[in-house]
Amino acid sequence: MSLPATVAELVREFRAGARIVIVGASLAGLRAAETLREEGFTGSLTIIGDEPYEPYDRPPLSKQVLKGWVPADHTKLPRTREVNADWRLGVAAVGLDRITKRVRLADGEQVPYDRLLIATGTRARQWPNPAEAALEGVHTIRSRDDAAELQKELAESPSRVVVIGAGFIGSEVASVCRELDIPVTVVERGPAPLVGALGGVIGEIAAQMQRDHGVDLRCGLGVSSLEGDSGGHVRRAHLSDGTVVDADVVVASLGSIRNVEWLEGSGLAAGVWGVGCDAGGRAFDINGVVTDSIFVAGDVARAPHVLYEYQFLAMEHWDNAVLGAEVAAHNMVNLEPNYRPHLLLPGFWSGQFGVNIKSVGVPPFGDEIVFTQGSVADRSFAAAYGHRGRIVAAVTFDHGKWLEYYGKLIERSGPFPPPPSGWDQPADTKPVPAEFPDPRVPTAIPDVVLTGHAPSERTAEFRPRRH
Amino acid sequence: MRIVVDLNRCQGYAQCVYLAHEVFRLSGQEALTYEPNPDDARRLQVERAAAACPVQAIMIDRLDGTERGEAS
Amino acid sequence: MVEETPWQQALRYANRANPYPFYEELRKTPVARQPDGTYVVSTYREIVTLLHDPRVSSDPRKCPAPAAARAEGSAEPAAEPIREVLTAPNIITCDPPEHDRDRRMMMPHFVGPPHAPHLISDLEPDIRRIVGGLLDDMRGRTRIDAVDDFAYPLPVTVICKVLGVPMEDEPRFHHWVETALDALDFGPEAASEEIRSRQAGGRQAVQEFAQFADELLDRYAQQPGPGMLSALANDNGPEGRMSKDVLASNALLLIFAGHETTVNLIAHSVLTLLRHPDALEKLRSRPELIVPAVEELLRFESSVQFWHTRSALEDIDIAGTTIPKGAPIFLAYGSANRDPERFTDPDELDFERPDNQHLGFSQGIHFCFGAPLARLEVQVAVGEFVRRVENPRLVEDPPPYRHNQIFRGPRHVLVDIDGIRD
Repeated sequence: MSLPATVAELVREFRAGARIVIVGASLAGLRAAETLREEGFTGSLTIIGDEPYEPYDRPPLSKQVLKGWVPADHTKLPRTREVNADWRLGVAAVGLDRITKRVRLADGEQVPYDRLLIATGTRARQWPNPAEAALEGVHTIRSRDDAAELQKELAESPSRVVVIGAGFIGSEVASVCRELDIPVTVVERGPAPLVGALGGVIGEIAAQMQRDHGVDLRCGLGVSSLEGDSGGHVRRAHLSDGTVVDADVVVASLGSIRNVEWLEGSGLAAGVWGVGCDAGGRAFDINGVVTDSIFVAGDVARAPHVLYEYQFLAMEHWDNAVLGAEVAAHNMVNLEPNYRPHLLLPGFWSGQFGVNIKSVGVPPFGDEIVFTQGSVADRSFAAAYGHRGRIVAAVTFDHGKWLEYYGKLIERSGPFPPPPSGWDQPADTKPVPAEFPDPRVPTAIPDVVLTGHAPSERTAEFRPRRH
Repeated sequence: MRIVVDLNRCQGYAQCVYLAHEVFRLSGQEALTYEPNPDDARRLQVERAAAACPVQAIMIDRLDGTERGEAS
Repeated sequence: MVEETPWQQALRYANRANPYPFYEELRKTPVARQPDGTYVVSTYREIVTLLHDPRVSSDPRKCPAPAAARAEGSAEPAAEPIREVLTAPNIITCDPPEHDRDRRMMMPHFVGPPHAPHLISDLEPDIRRIVGGLLDDMRGRTRIDAVDDFAYPLPVTVICKVLGVPMEDEPRFHHWVETALDALDFGPEAASEEIRSRQAGGRQAVQEFAQFADELLDRYAQQPGPGMLSALANDNGPEGRMSKDVLASNALLLIFAGHETTVNLIAHSVLTLLRHPDALEKLRSRPELIVPAVEELLRFESSVQFWHTRSALEDIDIAGTTIPKGAPIFLAYGSANRDPERFTDPDELDFERPDNQHLGFSQGIHFCFGAPLARLEVQVAVGEFVRRVENPRLVEDPPPYRHNQIFRGPRHVLVDIDGIRD
């Protein structure tokens, strides 16, 4: 048999009889499983998830679920096809042995694999003081259960909600509170909401929007402590300027932590930044050498992006989970030259205060911003982000129909500022600094050290940080 | 039944809202929210809404519910 | 004589029944400059790109070029009585921010309040009753005209009800619309004696139509009545009231576009189904397919073949061509919907076509205002036609077409039938 014929035979055999394990039973894990079957994989497929629920969609949790319109268990994801998998739900993966090719589960079981997909995503960063975090009425929001609990308390008309952190989730929670006519105080360390994702110029607009909707927005401040009553229920938040805010509900929206602890000791390039992988989803080992049998997709993946100077980007976006999973799954049951790259132009949306905020590209990669269409005063506009004379991202407020125009400009490395709109030009069309906090992306700096001298010994080591 | 809307694709045409307003809602001019697991009685409405989406952003479950993987 | 471009040939009346071979030729140059300086865009991807490009205007007042551009070519200026008469813009002929505001003001009166946009769904029983009546009336006949007996009466009745236009005025505006449409020509025949002779009549028809809409709005301003026009004339919403001339211009648009395109879609649907017996049978045995079937019919025979009021406000580089600032742009939806780069086997009728993201209603901010109503009407009409009409056979293929190129549709579709089921 010729070599290509042998390789083709190998792929056929693999698809027919191999064992694939997917760790992570959320959006990325599900779509990967479906793609594997779509691609003709008929071997054994195991899907491991720490939550007891079948895959559900998270974006509704901080919006229609919190509002009380949609029950938290009404978020189950539709399926594109049968996946015929062995579902191991409600049991977390706690370890990975790459030598014996086994995933270790919390119940002690070991699941062998020929190919592994890591899609463990992220979790909410908890309020750092454990005693205060344990107070009743203190919440984070990431899972279905989180949302259900918080919704229940919001439905009981609390006297006031304090939201710590005005990123997208925090801002959406504040928006829901106002829709429910619940007084809400938002405490944000940065100068304005959404600054990390969209910069200070847009942040200022978001700040005004929150205030116009009656949010008590306190920027440039932290929460130093939470105080409970004798029954163990939170009653007050002490702010870093010494002021005190009475509240029955506190929502800590402090960003996310990538679920990589279970990979400790596996020798993969896994850490606070996620799991490093190539643009085809193949995981890197700790030395930055690509592995053949382990793939990564979704929020936990960090891969180089051609449009952003090949910087490693983690994209915690819905479309990244879907498309990254499809690419990784395709590559899991193919060999070179049939690998596909994951070349997503990232995008996200957030509905808050009756405005649809959408973005395409990587805004924090830009250092300038220019308004291109519409009216800031009406909160109906488009703006572009630039870096070294080219457009790298765009954001729209209620101008979503125009976003793909900017997406195409970004894909073509179009000029910044982009050509002016022919009508409905904003009052000011001069580029200004976008005002992202420093340091910008990537935010996590790993503690990596190089060891060894001989080429055969030389390797990288790091100690995962604890949070 | 189960649906999911790719809100990256969604451009706020609101056709789904006009055809199935118990399932799809606009918050303001453009921000779409929806019931991801609507009652089966709404199926015709939802199918009409999905077909009408100018950017084909609404995905309806293609599984009849036999194998879901829900832990008992 | 200079050889005609594929676009010019597609516009010839002789090719009205089947412009598709010319579209195929046209798509070889996705953005094709015509002798009169117009840029015709015929491929799916390029059209979608331009629909989302903020350097493209939909407002003919911002396009100083047609006359100049056309003078450069040999062709005479096209006859456009509608453009000459309507001085005020309507929602398809203006740009943001005016467009966005006007559409925002109109929408709630059409679909219902933002929190419960139920008006369209509420029309379904009425639509079913009208369709049922039209089919009942065919009992005892062996030959029907799917246009005059079916495709026309439904949309016109519905739009009169929705807008609040008295049904007794229908014969008058029907005449105006027909006369105006017959006088509009963008092709090589525009300069013909015949078309030129229609122009004066077309112009007068539009004037009378405009006056009719004016008077109707005046009446509603004094004495509010049912329907959307009265609601708009008496709107006390947060954004104020539309100016009278803008309202009148939009009223004209709604009356006209609110039925004309749907008539053509229903007529084309019947025609297409009778040409595809397998598809007809499939729909008969699986009636639930009517929903995707209507989408496929929208793709297959687009009611708006192209749109003509756009122009470039800057030089626009696209598909290897630069559309110069000021140039008129025609977007050929009818061609894009048959673009094989976007649709597999585009000339096949497939009710289960995956990802059927057609441009039958356009896309972007000018996406068809009446789309939800049109869809509902056509789903009910075509679904019931298929269910109830026994053994329909096309008498004449191709049937005679109306003159208009944009709103392309058969003038009559004669069908022999064996009876009407209950």
